[in-house]
Amino acid sequence: MAAVIPLIQTRALTRQFGGLKAVDNVDFNLESGKIHAIIGPNGAGKTTFVSLLSGRLLPDSGTILFDGQDITTMPAHKRVQVGIAYTFQITSVFANLSVYDNVALPVQRRLLQRGRVDPGALHQSVFEVLDRVGMADHAHSKAGSLSYGHQRLLEVAMGLALQPRLLILDEPTQGLSDGEIDTFIELVREIARDATVLLIEHNMQVVMALADRITVMNNGKILAEGTPSEIRANAAVQEAYLGGGDV
Amino acid sequence: MTEVRSNATRIWLLHAAVIVLLLAGNFLLPEYHRGMFSRALVLATYAMGYNLLFGYTGLLSLGHAMFFAAGMYGAGLPVYHLGWDVPLVFATGIAAAGLLSLAVGVLALRTTGVAFMIVTMMFAQIFFLATLYFTTWTRGEEGLVLQPTTRAIEFAGNTISLSDPSTRYLVALTLFAIVLLVSLRLVKSSFGRTLVAIRENEERVRMLGYNVFATKLLAVVFSGLVCGAAGAAYGLLFGYVGSGFASSQYSILALLYVLLGGAATTLGPLVGTLFMFYVIDYTSGLTSAYLLLVGVVLIILILFFPKGLLGTIREKWLPWLP
Amino acid sequence: MAFGPYFLLATLEGLVTASILALTALGLSLVFGVMRVVNVAHGEFFMLGAVLAWAVSTAFAGHPAIGFSAALLVAPLVVGGAAFLSERLVLRRLDYNPEATIVATIGMLYIIQQLALTFYGADARPVQAPFNVRIQLPWFGYSGYKLFVIAAAIIVMLGTWLLLTRTKIGLIMRATQYDRETAQAFGIPVDRVYGGVFALGAMLAAVAAVLVVPTQQAHYLMGRDPLLLSFIVVIIGGLGSLRGTLVAALIVGLSDGIISVFFSPTLAKMLATALVALVLVFRPQGLFGVRTR
Repeated sequence: MAAVIPLIQTRALTRQFGGLKAVDNVDFNLESGKIHAIIGPNGAGKTTFVSLLSGRLLPDSGTILFDGQDITTMPAHKRVQVGIAYTFQITSVFANLSVYDNVALPVQRRLLQRGRVDPGALHQSVFEVLDRVGMADHAHSKAGSLSYGHQRLLEVAMGLALQPRLLILDEPTQGLSDGEIDTFIELVREIARDATVLLIEHNMQVVMALADRITVMNNGKILAEGTPSEIRANAAVQEAYLGGGDV
Repeated sequence: MTEVRSNATRIWLLHAAVIVLLLAGNFLLPEYHRGMFSRALVLATYAMGYNLLFGYTGLLSLGHAMFFAAGMYGAGLPVYHLGWDVPLVFATGIAAAGLLSLAVGVLALRTTGVAFMIVTMMFAQIFFLATLYFTTWTRGEEGLVLQPTTRAIEFAGNTISLSDPSTRYLVALTLFAIVLLVSLRLVKSSFGRTLVAIRENEERVRMLGYNVFATKLLAVVFSGLVCGAAGAAYGLLFGYVGSGFASSQYSILALLYVLLGGAATTLGPLVGTLFMFYVIDYTSGLTSAYLLLVGVVLIILILFFPKGLLGTIREKWLPWLP
Repeated sequence: MAFGPYFLLATLEGLVTASILALTALGLSLVFGVMRVVNVAHGEFFMLGAVLAWAVSTAFAGHPAIGFSAALLVAPLVVGGAAFLSERLVLRRLDYNPEATIVATIGMLYIIQQLALTFYGADARPVQAPFNVRIQLPWFGYSGYKLFVIAAAIIVMLGTWLLLTRTKIGLIMRATQYDRETAQAFGIPVDRVYGGVFALGAMLAAVAAVLVVPTQQAHYLMGRDPLLLSFIVVIIGGLGSLRGTLVAALIVGLSDGIISVFFSPTLAKMLATALVALVLVFRPQGLFGVRTR
């Protein structure tokens, strides 16, 4: 097998809270161009794990490589600049700003990285992103006045606007209606054409519909990893997670 | 989109109208009120500097008097002791405030919330005590009086005296107008958008790839520069430099003007400053304890009108107000 | 005077300063600890206590001890009442938002200070000590009243400590400090506790002020230094930690006398303020506190 460098590689990654090992000695590889889902019961350490990847938390020990580069101690904002975008589990759009401004923030940062922010280019890019998620009509509404589903969409739009190489979605469908979830699945598929997607998700229907690979976490460790059908067949997973009546 | 365009036009027209009205004031206002307005315009400039940090970036400093006073001493000391020219000391005043704000920003921005308020208050207290301690140069509370002859600009063979009331008014207005237009430009820019976003949710801004610390530091320095320019102008125009301007009271006044006029509104600082000037003037016949009034107004504002005059107007009637 | 006796004298003076400071700072620390409110008007409650002590003690003729005892009773009660009222009328309506409450207490600072200026005037006025005993040590005589101040401060602090640790009121206060929401869920009337704590904090400052006025005159600006010093003590001791507050008060009180030998008061204040600002920047948990998550 050819030695393809994984987009993300963690070695012995560990983070404790008090005495509790939220992430315990995790070795993890994320292949480029795939949709990869992390599942597991509440408190399994999923959010802590992706927080370590995005730089919101720093690990106690272990290393993280992004495209072969060591980013273990890189500050969060730099990680975003090299291409790791994180969308929040709890919707945290800027409620008092317009939808336009919410998307303009990531766009202008990206433009700034390449030099000056030209108002015309900014305007165009913002509407490209809004069109992609179907929210151009709402550009001048206050983000806080949107429906919950639209706020989740806006959250993803902000991630998209960064044009990341890796987009981390932390429970994006939580609280969405079935109809909204279908739209969402389509959107993530489309995003995955340009970017690698790492998805934390409780809804197994969404996971099975989207994921190329699945990692199961439990008690801060990786319990199993494989294709959706392998995970479905895995007895340990059945017991720890799928058998728990969640699905 | 046409709505956005017409809003932009409306905004520029409003600001231009305010400046033109103030310009007319130079010829229409009675002498006493023209003097009041001259001072109010400089202090409103100071408040605009404060507003950039407090209103737009959401950083509540309780120590901005140190930047105002740094500008004042940075300009006043070289005039008084070295006899430097007015344009040069205006620059040294601004530079002094810029350097101080950079140093204070680097330290104070390691803290947030209440700790930031207390730390800025303490740095300002140190600056205030320093103006008393180095009394050989500053003459402490008594202060330095800058003679009219040292406050004149030689320009194309003419002598422009800053102690002339009309010149004083026009210089104060020029400074005010420049800072007003620059802040308007700034808050409508990408940088201004980032500042407001930091005020709303700092962590989210970081996760969009911004270096939040550096951005906030830039805001502190920019705010410090504006306040320093106001301080330098105040010293040069009114010919007096004293430690009173570095006292905590002047930090609170900036907060008061901005809260009263409306935080995060471009014209709020002017409205707040003028309003407070005239309230104090009006009641000065009743009590000499004008700080009592400051206290009462502060509490009433924070209890019942936390958005201030223009903030309330924007919320109720004119949503396009910047 | 030889070094030994001089050192003893400096220590005694330092202990008096430390006692007053500990009482005042304890009030500030309590309010911050339980309510998470930074009370910038704390120094003015101190001043109000001193001014009231003058007013009450001069209202009584006869032996100075009568007036002083009356002041020791009345001044803290009036100050506590004023604090309770301002808590009800202002702080509670702000829902104890940390930034809004600072701005409001700045307003309170100006109001109290300027009312004192209006009604009490700009003069410094003395209050007579309740008794005039000099205790003759082998090297020098020392004011018996100052020793009384130390003892009184210790008693008041012990009382406060017992109140906090041994009574139901104390338990309720600590529960509120630990977790406001849970306390509320368990039926603790949190906002009444807050009113009480704010009053108690102000009363401690007032007691300190009544104790101090026989050695130092009452003046409408006298709240400034206690405020600064209390801030220093509370921050160095760790915000909200009562034990830290006491230790820091002792250190600051004792070193105050020694520092002032070497530096001018202004420079000493500058250095102390700088030290505290840097503590807040680099060690926000205080010099003695333990970093918590």
